[in-house]
Amino acid sequence: MAKQSAIEQDGTIIEALSNAMFRVELENGHEVTAHISGKMRMHYIRILPGDRVRLEMSPYDLSKGRITFRYK
Amino acid sequence: MLNREKIILKTDEEIEFMRQANRLVGMTLGELSKHIKPGVTTLELDKIAHDFIHDHGAVPTFLGYGGFPNSICTSVNENVVHGIPNKTPLLDGDIISVDCGATKQGYTGDSAYTFCVGNVDDKVKDLLRVTKESLYIGIEQAKENNRIGDIGHAIQQYCELHNYTVVRELVGHGIGRNMHEAPEVPNYGRRGTGPIIKNGMCIAIEPMINMGSKNVIFENDGWTVRTKDRKPSAHFEHTIAIRNGKADILSTFEFIQ
Repeated sequence: MAKQSAIEQDGTIIEALSNAMFRVELENGHEVTAHISGKMRMHYIRILPGDRVRLEMSPYDLSKGRITFRYK
Repeated sequence: MLNREKIILKTDEEIEFMRQANRLVGMTLGELSKHIKPGVTTLELDKIAHDFIHDHGAVPTFLGYGGFPNSICTSVNENVVHGIPNKTPLLDGDIISVDCGATKQGYTGDSAYTFCVGNVDDKVKDLLRVTKESLYIGIEQAKENNRIGDIGHAIQQYCELHNYTVVRELVGHGIGRNMHEAPEVPNYGRRGTGPIIKNGMCIAIEPMINMGSKNVIFENDGWTVRTKDRKPSAHFEHTIAIRNGKADILSTFEFIQ
């Protein structure tokens, strides 16, 4: 049986919530909540509303994601 | 799944248990191949597989796995994987990919094959041929000190060369006492990326290749995956172990007629 993978998608930050969580609008129109990945926290990478970012979505809960990259 | 799990390496004895379980899956696919013809329903195939696996002292792994209701996945035409067996009869010209798993003496086997029902269009037969070949091309890359990304890269390159597309959302996987273990084995990728392949690793490589676009839709039944453009999709799967630096194919298509 095939396994469902964590899918990478791109999106834009709509608003910043507390605790390094963000509301993100994906390229397909869906809105999800996402948290910033540990690697980005470690390197003090700031994310602001309006930034384009890459997310990893869990196949088990499509409303939550992890922000793994901020595009220039 | 969140890529924090360790990869479990198997001893030679454990690999032999895996071989027994996978051989049984191969025999089950062989038994099913005798019954696949126009008019038969996928539910009938499921019963045959269920009984066959039990008769051989094993348990169908899929039954109850995450709530899956049957012992095999039957995915017809535009269904990619995880089709649930039902009372719809197969038609002449259909393709059906059957995915089967069996747990014997604690170890799991997992293999899949896409069958032709009656007379299938030549273009569709070509999709099946290329997908099956890509499986073996991926297996060739599974050797010690290569990386998991090498497998996916080889599969992707070969299939895209023939203008077919690779499904991204579903992947192969490590396998052992559990059906889904680390690492994930995508059918696409960049060479030199991913975990290093070591002796003792057991993985299931399962290219899922579409004739049209790579996009898939997850149906409302919570399981079935189909191509977005409703063009056919093929699926072949082998479970392999890495022994003495090379791939040792544990599952088998030798019983398929």
